[in-house]
Amino acid sequence: MSIMAYNGAAIVAMKGKECVAIASDRRFGIQAQTVGMDFQKIFEMGPHLYIGLPGLATDVQTVAQRLKFRLNLYELKENRQIRPKTLMSVVANLLYERRFGPYFVEPVIAGLDNKTAEPYIAALDLIGCPMATDDFVVSGTCTEQLYGMCESLWQPDMDADALFECISQSLMNAVDRDAVSGWGAVVTLIEKDKVTTRTLKARMD
Amino acid sequence: MSLQMEQHEYGTPMQRYWSPYAMNGGTGLAVSGADFAIVASDSRLSEGFSIHSRDAPKTYQLTDTTVLSCAGFHGDILALTKYLEARLQMYEHEHNKKMSTSAIAAMLSTILYYKRFFPYYVYNIIGGIDDEGKGCIYSFDPVGSYERETYRAGGSAGSILQPLLDNQIGFKNQQGVVKTPLTLQKAVQLVKDVFISAAERDIYTGDSLVIRIITKDGVKTETFPLRRD
Amino acid sequence: MAATCVEFATGGFSFENCRRNAILEEKGLKPPKVYKTGTTIVGIVFSDGIILGADTRATEDTIVADKNCSKIHYLAPNIYCCGAGTAADTEKTTQIISSQLELHRLNTDRTVRVCTANRLLKQMLFRYQGHIGAALVLGGVDSTGPHLYSIWPHGSTDVLPYVTMGSGSLAAMSVFESRYTPGISREDGMKLVRDAIAAGIFNDLGSGSNIDLCVITKDKVDYLRPYDEANKKGVRQGKYAYKKGTSCVLTETVRKVEFVVESTQVKVEAMDTV
Repeated sequence: MSIMAYNGAAIVAMKGKECVAIASDRRFGIQAQTVGMDFQKIFEMGPHLYIGLPGLATDVQTVAQRLKFRLNLYELKENRQIRPKTLMSVVANLLYERRFGPYFVEPVIAGLDNKTAEPYIAALDLIGCPMATDDFVVSGTCTEQLYGMCESLWQPDMDADALFECISQSLMNAVDRDAVSGWGAVVTLIEKDKVTTRTLKARMD
Repeated sequence: MSLQMEQHEYGTPMQRYWSPYAMNGGTGLAVSGADFAIVASDSRLSEGFSIHSRDAPKTYQLTDTTVLSCAGFHGDILALTKYLEARLQMYEHEHNKKMSTSAIAAMLSTILYYKRFFPYYVYNIIGGIDDEGKGCIYSFDPVGSYERETYRAGGSAGSILQPLLDNQIGFKNQQGVVKTPLTLQKAVQLVKDVFISAAERDIYTGDSLVIRIITKDGVKTETFPLRRD
Repeated sequence: MAATCVEFATGGFSFENCRRNAILEEKGLKPPKVYKTGTTIVGIVFSDGIILGADTRATEDTIVADKNCSKIHYLAPNIYCCGAGTAADTEKTTQIISSQLELHRLNTDRTVRVCTANRLLKQMLFRYQGHIGAALVLGGVDSTGPHLYSIWPHGSTDVLPYVTMGSGSLAAMSVFESRYTPGISREDGMKLVRDAIAAGIFNDLGSGSNIDLCVITKDKVDYLRPYDEANKKGVRQGKYAYKKGTSCVLTETVRKVEFVVESTQVKVEAMDTV
């Protein structure tokens, strides 16, 4: 078994028209045994900026805290909110610093640019190789299932409602074919004037 | 080319290893409806980072109403399908009739389990028409465990295809949706769409898609181009 | 304050997790796979410069992670570098060397030479004994003319008129071996590089999607991305839009957020370069 699958997680982010969404499952398990069903895997990094951290749960929380620390320093130093692209560089540097002894997390970033409100999504591997795309990014223990769903369901220029249904269906159907993720889902929909967080009714087995 | 330097301590025993199996990729898919079944596969045969063939579909027509899809080790696929053909012919000579889809499935299960400790490295899916004229699908593991289902994807991109079938055919995770029975037209279109997605993401799936449509009148074959990279 | 909050900026790699990770591995938990660019990258010298080429697929084991990644990295205004191997390593190594080259340019007030970039890269890679898995094709034009290098993860380098690297290198090299001629024209060179990358894309499963080119001449760089789309995605026939309310929502919280654009004024100040 891979270290990445020890606790289990599934995270996906998608671009829409003037909006982005990021969704994760809520399971915290130890191998096949489920321990918690309300585990936080998506963290707020700004008013329009979120990061999802699937992987080894201890590293999820450590990295989230280290990032928050670097983020606070950035905001104090610069006296402004961080841009999604800059956050991606911060995360990439944090992870690549530990190239030979990595944190076992594969982050997903979703946000709107502070100035242009341009949607931005990106994913990184556990040693910090960034990958920014125009459609969707997936990460966690059921990437294959998520790729299959997203590749078929995603289309350009979805509005907020369509994006929500698309990302929700992608995530829920993907985690149902993965033994170590699922047990509820949470979707965060980021628009220019509001951020909507919804929990979904999903299979709990 | 290996970048690893050979490091060998002399005098210590070294284990040599050879595997009788190879993985040749490929994806199979079967969908059934009220009076039809579809068995589809891509036509790429590969190993490691190389493509052996772009025109090697992994569907095998067994009878007028039964088609088998195989993915895994191509050597075992050839051996297994050849043996199956022989057994089907023996059955026909002995009983003076074609074997039914459910009987073929039961026989395949025993054939696979007979090699329990040196298995055929093949993931099988059978699609066909059952004795009542309904579409039926049987999916197998390499050592003969099998069950009847209404849709199933297998092989290298099986996990990419399966959740979408759950969603679109099984209507999973959708509330307030009308569960319409699957039509042949929608099934064929869905099969093409999921294979387009699989070819995007799975390096072992591509080149072309072969769709076998099984009805009471026989088997029709359709091909559809996929990515070639 | 908790001690973990204190971070010292030491520079260089951190090995703080190594012991823990080794213990995890000892317990039978396998380390995960990282993004690889199981790539086709090539470069040639043509009549008045360098042409670099690359495919755009990044894989994670047998799954395509990125369909349109950029593998031709910027090093200096006159030097570019294709990367194959571990994606993070090629990305970061070129970034680090690029910043060193920029400092070198400011210090010397000269256009940096390709051999300088080559030496910086090979010395860095040699220092890490191949653990930084970057295989590079380095090309550029400087005061002494066009130069093309291939650099291996262990730090050895070659100077050649045409090079290929990555998992599709054999497919690409077979095209070069049959058609490359010294002093090839720009037009023919671009066609040749395109065909070499296409050979990798179609015959090597680790390479795919589009073809990127970078043509470097004495006073101009043409970064063509994409130069050619070798494969187009198939067109979906069905519609998969859901009706609103298809996914069952348990709870909902809406937070109004103001969209504030902070005005950040940056005064341009000339850098002290003397």
